[in-house]
Amino acid sequence: MDSDRHRLSRRRLLGGLGALAAASALPPLPARAATGEILTRALPATGEPLPLVGLGSWITFNVGDDPALLAECTAVMRAFFAGGGRMIDSSPMYGSSQATIGHGLAELDAVEQAYAADKVWTSSPDEGSAQIEASRQHWGVPRFDLLQVHNLVAREANLETLLAMREAGEVRHVGITTSHGRRHDAVEQIMREAPLDFVQLTYNIVDREAEQRLLPLARERGIGVIANRPFQQKRLIRRLEGKPLPDWLAETGAQNWAQFILKFILSHPDVTCAIPATTQVEHVRENLAAAREPLPDAALRRRMADYVAAL
Amino acid sequence: MKEWLSYRPGDFLMFSQRVYERLFVLHNEALWPLPLLALALGAALLLALAFPRPGRVRAALGLLGLAWAFVAWAFLWQRYAPINWGIRYVVPLFALQALLLALGLWRGGLKLPARWDLPRGLGVALVAYAVFLHPLTALLHGRGLAGAEVVGLAPDPLAIATLGVAAMARPASRGWALLAIPALWCLASAATLYLLDSPAAWPPLLAVLVALAARLLPRDSPPASRNSGSAKQNVC
Repeated sequence: MDSDRHRLSRRRLLGGLGALAAASALPPLPARAATGEILTRALPATGEPLPLVGLGSWITFNVGDDPALLAECTAVMRAFFAGGGRMIDSSPMYGSSQATIGHGLAELDAVEQAYAADKVWTSSPDEGSAQIEASRQHWGVPRFDLLQVHNLVAREANLETLLAMREAGEVRHVGITTSHGRRHDAVEQIMREAPLDFVQLTYNIVDREAEQRLLPLARERGIGVIANRPFQQKRLIRRLEGKPLPDWLAETGAQNWAQFILKFILSHPDVTCAIPATTQVEHVRENLAAAREPLPDAALRRRMADYVAAL
Repeated sequence: MKEWLSYRPGDFLMFSQRVYERLFVLHNEALWPLPLLALALGAALLLALAFPRPGRVRAALGLLGLAWAFVAWAFLWQRYAPINWGIRYVVPLFALQALLLALGLWRGGLKLPARWDLPRGLGVALVAYAVFLHPLTALLHGRGLAGAEVVGLAPDPLAIATLGVAAMARPASRGWALLAIPALWCLASAATLYLLDSPAAWPPLLAVLVALAARLLPRDSPPASRNSGSAKQNVC
């Protein structure tokens, strides 16, 4: 109860600051962290700082009840939290991923550390509340920080459910998701009409359509942006592996292709967080390290995109 | 429509090759030593089909029916469905296949040829492959025999063995009815394995082609249509 009061008062305070920042329509700058710590960016809705790198769970955490693979996923989560990560994203569509996250959170006693982001994914909106409750039980969290309408499925009714939950304090933030660059027109319309906290979309160094309308609109409307498919589900990494890294790699702060790709995403001022998925502790550390200083500026970002396009 | 065209087949795959392969390792571990018994029953099934008598054929069909029901529950529902929600919709099809095999038992409604011809040879070959060779595909993955897919316990070899029976079953209408679900499963399994970059994608696909070829080949039934007594000797 005390904790709830604390959250509410902090939310009000941060919300006021966030509204001030949103009103100025300036892109939120990443907070400069102490050396070695990962950078954060303020959620436009509340001003709450969120680490730039999150953790996706599509495929990687869908391991059933395999004890060896559950232990590996828990190790990934341990490294993620130890490195300063917070947002974990899942969906009822992702098989056993939610239960795997719940297993890890319980093993690590890390419910409080996590920013729990999940989705509602049902074409029968009447089942939405029951699905969300089942998801919550899989995670083992008191409530979700963020609930999103997965791939705009039954978007009007499901969004109505989520907004009512936010109003009732049953979820902190509400959003919508799309991927692979699909249905951007519909996403744009919802962003204009609905009081969203987040939009999740595909954005990376080769999938840049969101830069045209959605990212500027997110800034204008004070909506946080979660970038999914940063590596195009490994396809982008495979495509670039074996290709020469640029001579000026050190300027980007990256040490390899994965960090090069991530730094490009994270340095966009309107991206709140990227959510790469992995099964390997080494990769999660590498991903988190990409969220440290330096981040490329606009000129360097253009150079990075041009370099990859020319390969 | 345009949106659906933007999906790649791999976008629908929701688990990794490693997770899929470990399903079989864990399944065999949990059921041990049942895999050995299943292998022995598979050998008995092959013998019953190679040297058919009415009682043996009924036993073989009954065994296959039980295996479809067992795999539906123990593998599909318990192990596979948690990582692939689409499998929930496949379980009833496996139950239906078990029912079809049971109906084949009913009043001897489904018969197998006693005389050797090409369709029967192909059918028996499919069963032999399913029992003795398919478990060895685990070696292609490098997961060792601990992860072997054994007939009666795993869906692919069971479907391939049933395709073998369906390939030679008579009358033709019942053979086709028996073939549909195993063929659909094998095609789905081949697609899954292909998307997982597994060389084991080929056997289920080839099994469907062999079964279809065997069903479409002309049957060796010389006196059957003219002499009902001979017909009885040509089928079990």
